[in-house]
Amino acid sequence: MNDVLLSVQDLHVRFKTYAGVVRAVNGMTFDVRQGEIFGLVGESGCGKSVTGFAVLRMVPYPGEIVRGGINFRGEDLLQKDESEMQDVRGGHIAMIFQDPTASLNPVFTIGNQVTRVIRQHMSAGPGEARRRAVEMFDAVGLPDPARVFRAYPHELSGGMQQRVMIAMALSSGAELLIADEPTTALDVTIQAQILALLTELRAKQGVSILFITHDLAVVAETCDRVGVAYAGDIVEMGQADDVLHRMKHPYTQGLLAALPRPTYRGQALQSIEGSVPDGIYLPPGCPFHPRCPAAMDLCQVEKPPLFSVGPEGHVAACYLYAQEELA
Amino acid sequence: MSKTPLLEVHGLTKYFMARRSLLSRRQKLVRALEGVNLRVYQQETLGVVGESGCGKTTLGRAVMRLIRPTSGQVLFEGQDIVPLDRREMRRYRRDMQMVFQSPYSSFDPRFSVLNSIAEPLRAHTTLRGEVLVSRARELLEQAGMPGEILFRYPHEFSGGQLQRIAVARALALNPKFIVLDEPTSALDVSVQAQIINLLQRLQRELKLTYLFITHDLSVVQHISDRIAVMYLGKVVELSTTEAIFYETRHPYTQALLASAPSLDPELRQERIILTGGVPDPADPPPGCSFHPRCPMVMPICSQIEPTFTDVGDGHMVACHLFGEQRGA
Amino acid sequence: MASIHERSTGTQATQRAARFKELGFMLQAFRRDPLAVVSLVLILLFIMGVILAPVLTAYPEQGRGDPNILEKFQPPSRVHPLGTDYLGRDVWARILFGGRSSLSIGFLVVFVASAIGIPLGAAAGYYGGRIDDVLMRITDIFLAFPPLLLAIAIAAALGASFTNAMIAIAFTWWPWYARLVRAQTLSLREQYFIEAARSIGVSDASIIARHILPNVLTPVLVQATMDIGSAILTGAGISFIGLGVQPPTPDWGKMISTGRIYFIERPWFAGSAGAAIFLVTLAFNLLGDAVRDVADPRTRRAVS
Repeated sequence: MNDVLLSVQDLHVRFKTYAGVVRAVNGMTFDVRQGEIFGLVGESGCGKSVTGFAVLRMVPYPGEIVRGGINFRGEDLLQKDESEMQDVRGGHIAMIFQDPTASLNPVFTIGNQVTRVIRQHMSAGPGEARRRAVEMFDAVGLPDPARVFRAYPHELSGGMQQRVMIAMALSSGAELLIADEPTTALDVTIQAQILALLTELRAKQGVSILFITHDLAVVAETCDRVGVAYAGDIVEMGQADDVLHRMKHPYTQGLLAALPRPTYRGQALQSIEGSVPDGIYLPPGCPFHPRCPAAMDLCQVEKPPLFSVGPEGHVAACYLYAQEELA
Repeated sequence: MSKTPLLEVHGLTKYFMARRSLLSRRQKLVRALEGVNLRVYQQETLGVVGESGCGKTTLGRAVMRLIRPTSGQVLFEGQDIVPLDRREMRRYRRDMQMVFQSPYSSFDPRFSVLNSIAEPLRAHTTLRGEVLVSRARELLEQAGMPGEILFRYPHEFSGGQLQRIAVARALALNPKFIVLDEPTSALDVSVQAQIINLLQRLQRELKLTYLFITHDLSVVQHISDRIAVMYLGKVVELSTTEAIFYETRHPYTQALLASAPSLDPELRQERIILTGGVPDPADPPPGCSFHPRCPMVMPICSQIEPTFTDVGDGHMVACHLFGEQRGA
Repeated sequence: MASIHERSTGTQATQRAARFKELGFMLQAFRRDPLAVVSLVLILLFIMGVILAPVLTAYPEQGRGDPNILEKFQPPSRVHPLGTDYLGRDVWARILFGGRSSLSIGFLVVFVASAIGIPLGAAAGYYGGRIDDVLMRITDIFLAFPPLLLAIAIAAALGASFTNAMIAIAFTWWPWYARLVRAQTLSLREQYFIEAARSIGVSDASIIARHILPNVLTPVLVQATMDIGSAILTGAGISFIGLGVQPPTPDWGKMISTGRIYFIERPWFAGSAGAAIFLVTLAFNLLGDAVRDVADPRTRRAVS
């Protein structure tokens, strides 16, 4: 449970566009441990999705990883060549996306697509691959797996398609699943099913999950540890409970205060002034300082490192907590 | 908040013809709305929640008369607007406005902010030139945006800013009633809070009535006075926000509320995980549309459709557990 | 509230450059593409050439048609840079003056075809239903014929002349524009700003004119640019078989048809006309390609 499976260190990803250079990820550092569900949470533009793609070296053009390390089971993924990465993708690390309809090829049956993935990573014959596929469909709770095998993607509902995606992702024995907003496009009742499925898969098959989302409530219910991302870097990280209820970073506090809750009904919601910086014009020093109610002079100059703010590895990138370290 | 309904909907039904599949030419009947009845009272916010296929978006459009209902009435200030022709409808267009889900496609990319806000003013008033520009400026400021942006273009703004401009545009003709179709779904949490605060402030200042369509339960709980829960084209439960959340009656509403992930562990309810997915609106189950997934299903549920009945204090539910048929 | 007044923020804003910056980027990308620049220069040279024709040759009257039998069949020389044709007329002059009808047919055909096709396509896409069905069946009929054949048939029916040839070709081409605009309109119609306009009671005609048409212009422009070349080629084909411009007015297609029997021994007049057609058509096609690549942010090559 405590072994580090994936380690992202000081990751920097950049996009060269006509409008300028977009610094999407700026020093992102976190670990995903064996058997845990790690939530990478943030609003749009914080770099969380790009980080997910970067792990699999699938950052779309014109993006490129300019600095940093990505280690999986001790191996540096950035040193691998394309054919080695193809083994990793699906074989060790798999990814599922927000919109399953966009990830499934409409002209092939589900069975065709899943067996192809299986046979690519394990030397299995068609019969063996089929059996494994049907097994996986059952494991992800699809009713009537044989029928699903023969079906075309459009014949299935969104929730079923997402289950198929999860089955496909895990069918070749991946140990780490990167889930990029997997339930955002689904109805609430279906979302509940999928989240339950993911938690179950973690319990039964020991799959570790990097769960990328903007939905704090989903993170609260599903994740063990959480990293809050802002402007391409982690601003707070720790056990889910600590980060979401004993938050320390002003951004995390602002974010949670902005959520409508039954207890504040009738009162105005607290919002964070201003908006998320665009990747081209990042403020100097701490990227949150222009919007921070507690900003100090130092914050405009030097970007704060992660300081310890609580037990069990609860850290926050904020000078408010520097005292503890300096003493 | 008075007891006079500003908007009343009776037996609103809308069917669409759609193709069965990509290759087939045969059509299927999609029952988007089936006999919806509800009222929206002056200066209140009625929230409409439901999952995909429930018809809430169609309801919003039908109420705005952007689509013609198959049958039923939409009474605005007592007048049925369904049979009106274009000319007669014009005067109601000033009173009813809409804010859409995606701020990015709510604006013609080739129109400046000024032109977009001025469009309703040009269509309905004689304001032109300087007077028009200053009115547009006023509207923007009311929505919390600076007047200088009048000559910029939509792609220069973020989602939250665009949504404010959309609100400014909706206020241009001093409407009484605004339909908000998922206005915050495409926005980040912190921006969503700003927009919700704006909408509530404007409602108080301008005495507006809102029909707020959303799938987000925490937002609807925060902003609505009453809530209608829809499933497969029908309203299954309708009551005050308090009652919907704390005296839930309909099994679907219970499952919906229980499915929503929550930050506060104390508020997390026993998960009622529904089996299966939402059925196809073209092929609804007989009797009560929810019966195949209902944890409390009874034999009668697959045969007879439950009527929408008052179970006390105006709390309406469509379920055999509470209807007159119970025990019959 | 001061921070809301900051300049545009958010990743969406960065990914979409300012409108005029966008135009600037397009021009930049265009300038970087050597083929684009070459084709544009070539086209401009041709256009200038045909406009200034009387000035660019020592034999304008021959260009217009006056024969000069004494000097017939002269090969290219210093006096006659491209030689003379079977009636002794200076070929360079014939090319310059002939370009007038060839180029103008290209532009006119595209203009007329789009003038007919665009509004019809917009109406079909916007209203849908019966109007769409009827219009689409009509375009289906037109599209079922090979364009050149249909143009020939119409031109033959109307009688041989420049105007009739132009009408004939435009008539076979408008359906392409109608289809293109209809497809664009169909997707545009689903955008919320169209519904917003309808919800405030703006008339359909107004919506089509002010919202739909300006937004469908870009792909139409790309298509039109490429089509000019093809229209010139088709026009040349029509006059080649004698259904277009009548002698003595010069025309490249006609020049090829009259010169072709002498081609083996005296290739210069048919050859130059053929080369002119080839170069112009190629130039417009390349230009159209470049415009298309530049207009779509995805195919535009990124900053190096």
